[in-house]
Amino acid sequence: MTKIFDTPLYAYQRSDDQDVSPTARHKVIIIGAGPVGLAAAIDLAQLGVPVLVLDDNDRVSFGSRAICFAKRPLEILDRLGCGAPMVEQGVVWDTGRVFVQEDEAYSFNLLLEFGHKNPAFINLQQYTFEEKLVERLRELEAMGAPIELRGKNKVTALADNGDHVRLEVDTPEGSYLLEADWLIACDGANSPTRQMLGHDFKGRVFEDNFLIADVVMQADFPTERWFWFDPPFNRGQSALLHKQPDNVWRIDFQIGQDIDREEELKPANIKRRLHAMLGADAEFELEWTSIYTFQCRRMEKFRYGRTLFAGDAAHQVSPFGARGANSGLQDSDNLAWKLKLVIEGKASEALLDSYSDERVYGAAENILNSTRSTDFITPKSKASRTFRDAVLALARRHEFARPLVNSGRLSVPCTYDGSALNGPDVAQLPADTRPGAPMKDADTGAGWLLDKLGNRFQLLGINIEVPEALELDGITVEGLTLAATDDLKSRYLGDAGAAVYLLRPDQHVAARWLGYGEAAVRDALSQAIGKG
Amino acid sequence: MLNLKPNLDDTDGFYAALLGAHEGLSDAESEALNARLILIFANHIGNEGVLKAALEAAKS
Ligand SMILES: Cc1cc2nc3c(=O)[nH]c(=O)nc-3n(C[C@H](O)[C@H](O)[C@H](O)COP(=O)(O)OP(=O)(O)OC[C@H]3O[C@@H](n4cnc5c(N)ncnc54)[C@H](O)[C@@H]3O)c2cc1C
Repeated sequence: MTKIFDTPLYAYQRSDDQDVSPTARHKVIIIGAGPVGLAAAIDLAQLGVPVLVLDDNDRVSFGSRAICFAKRPLEILDRLGCGAPMVEQGVVWDTGRVFVQEDEAYSFNLLLEFGHKNPAFINLQQYTFEEKLVERLRELEAMGAPIELRGKNKVTALADNGDHVRLEVDTPEGSYLLEADWLIACDGANSPTRQMLGHDFKGRVFEDNFLIADVVMQADFPTERWFWFDPPFNRGQSALLHKQPDNVWRIDFQIGQDIDREEELKPANIKRRLHAMLGADAEFELEWTSIYTFQCRRMEKFRYGRTLFAGDAAHQVSPFGARGANSGLQDSDNLAWKLKLVIEGKASEALLDSYSDERVYGAAENILNSTRSTDFITPKSKASRTFRDAVLALARRHEFARPLVNSGRLSVPCTYDGSALNGPDVAQLPADTRPGAPMKDADTGAGWLLDKLGNRFQLLGINIEVPEALELDGITVEGLTLAATDDLKSRYLGDAGAAVYLLRPDQHVAARWLGYGEAAVRDALSQAIGKG
Repeated sequence: MLNLKPNLDDTDGFYAALLGAHEGLSDAESEALNARLILIFANHIGNEGVLKAALEAAKS
């Protein structure tokens, strides 16, 4: 059977741009059709901003790579019109178990909080994830949205000319030139854009190798994340087992520092490891295998002139915690509406610096968490190994040590504390929904809250009437008045009887008050678009 | 606040018990025992400020 990642999804086609003079100018060009580039393109097109995506390939990610997608990205995908098909196809899970040697040491449940449309996590192959994004892109294209994806278009040279970026693009029929008012680099961890423009990518490189095998098998392991420290089948190292759709299982083996890569990748050797883990007569088929070492690093800023960096191009983490693609989607979520306002002349370029500030803050948080997990899983010194092993030994017998076991702190959404865009807060209201935080979903009694939010500025009045529309500085703020349900009360009111929330197009809270006043909303909006 | 004044009733007795726990252990086993002890103490103390002050007192 041909796998989806062997099938060209956006085959090369000659574009008129290859034959025109002067060089064609586009509003926004995105380099890279991975998860982040595709999400950014869909977001911009939905907002009516013309966008062109260039990718040097013509198909989805080879092999699976990312498998765990968290609630916040699923909410973002809902806003992009393709969350539901992913959840439908994905494997929903919420429990993780950690084993030390032969025994289970610790298990966790991702606190199933009721009253959310989306699950805490789904597992879905990255290639399926990308395929669904391409389907959504095609759907928008068919509806006449200004979006175009060009396969086998490899960007080979770049120059920022101050008021636009000039690109040289290589195709099977030779190279051509393009210009863009704005460039979004979503070209992955080795970002040629970053290298061509000469920007740093600093952080830590970890020495340990991980063998990753996606195997197809009929097995009745539960739908849980299983992580082993020092298991009998991989002594002194760690391992992971996690279910994906279609009977595909993700299995990771930590295999140490000095390895013979070629030898380890031989199917016979991989199968030997798998039989040691799954039993001598286990039956399975290898779908995709690879060996990785991991890095945790980022750029200093995510905006340089006319170029914005997003996803792995801007920051890279180890996969413990599933913070790679998940955080990349939070980048495009943050960027699209800001770029739209700047392009329309409704906000100054300073708003794009807030993209850098807010997402650098998010990336730093992810890197901190991923680095700590990686340090625990692959201790880098004798002392760190001694403490790690002490934690594992104690965790088997004493409850207190279990929270210290770190097999990955799973991706949670970022709250932009301290952002220059944040307006006034009221201490009496619940802390979880303070300015900078993403809105928490809630049952409104008439549908899910998040289904009503996003893509524009909104004013949400809970138990208090707000105007249906406000026109402020050329920006429309749409009003939404709701009566408090239990969910809305616990997440948005706390002890207060009523509250008014100003919401950004990315569903983050900009400001909140106990009552409504137009002047206060005007000031907060002005601050939320970078004029404050 | 971290207490750096004498606080043990039977100082010599505790010291002997500590050495006794290490008796017959290899260097690696002793290190592991110390690490477990530190983690147990740290959890018992709990207070972040006290723990930070203790780390600083031990390092200086
Ligand atoms: C083993 C493993 C497990 C992982 N597990 C998870 C997980 O569970 N959850 C999670 O959230 N993340 C996970 N990740 C991370 C995730 O895969 C990445 O964060 C994600 O792919 C980043 O998406 P991106 O769009 O930024 O970059 P990429 O997916 O790398 O896409 C970059 C695109 O740019 C294109 N490109 C590059 N150069 C050029 C050029 N010069 N011209 C044109 N196009 C170009 C490439 O062809 C590619 O399509 C995992 C990663 C690995 C390796």
